[in-house]
Amino acid sequence: MTHLADLPVWAAIPVALFLLLGSALALIGSIGFVRLRSFYERVHAPTLGTSMGIGFVLLASMLCFTVLQSRLVLHEILIAVSMLVTTPITLMLLARAALYRDRSEGSDDVPAAPPVHTAAPPAQDSAPPV
Amino acid sequence: MTATLLLWSIFLAQILLVAAMACATYRVLRGPRAQDRVLGLDTLYVNATMLLLTFGIRTGSTLYFEAALIIALLGFVATAALAKFLMRGEVIE
Repeated sequence: MTHLADLPVWAAIPVALFLLLGSALALIGSIGFVRLRSFYERVHAPTLGTSMGIGFVLLASMLCFTVLQSRLVLHEILIAVSMLVTTPITLMLLARAALYRDRSEGSDDVPAAPPVHTAAPPAQDSAPPV
Repeated sequence: MTATLLLWSIFLAQILLVAAMACATYRVLRGPRAQDRVLGLDTLYVNATMLLLTFGIRTGSTLYFEAALIIALLGFVATAALAKFLMRGEVIE
């Protein structure tokens, strides 16, 4: 562990703080994921880890390697960008799939599907619109 | 001094992340429905990415970073494919 001793104190304290904060947020999100009741509540909990949690861990990693190598190390931004872009897509896909499955089973816990507006042929013998 | 501080905080962070992974694994195993299991898998790979990053800080090598990047990208594809499968019953139509 020689490289960790090379880190000055002003960098070591933020690295430790960011690491602990990020992993604590991930743990809080996962505990919420276990404890919440319905699937639609549970979908929200892990996003705490995927946004702030991994953000803080990446910040700690960036700070650590930037100070250790005496140059700007920014390749952690790749993970941050991919995580920030892909998490909403996957969770919305998953929530829509769950909604579709619940509706197709006729569950009462989800709102009914909105009426589909199709181009109905005009009725022949109805009164003309006023 | 700083090495001790960092080693202990990395150790604590790894314990917290392993506990988070255990929560996600519990939901994968016990989840009442298929979408809970898929969401558990999603949480599991995000926590695994963070765990690999802490290993990278601990050892000071960038090898772990690449593994974390690959897990993050492949996890997205896996979750999207599984969500598509739950929705339509097929992945590629």
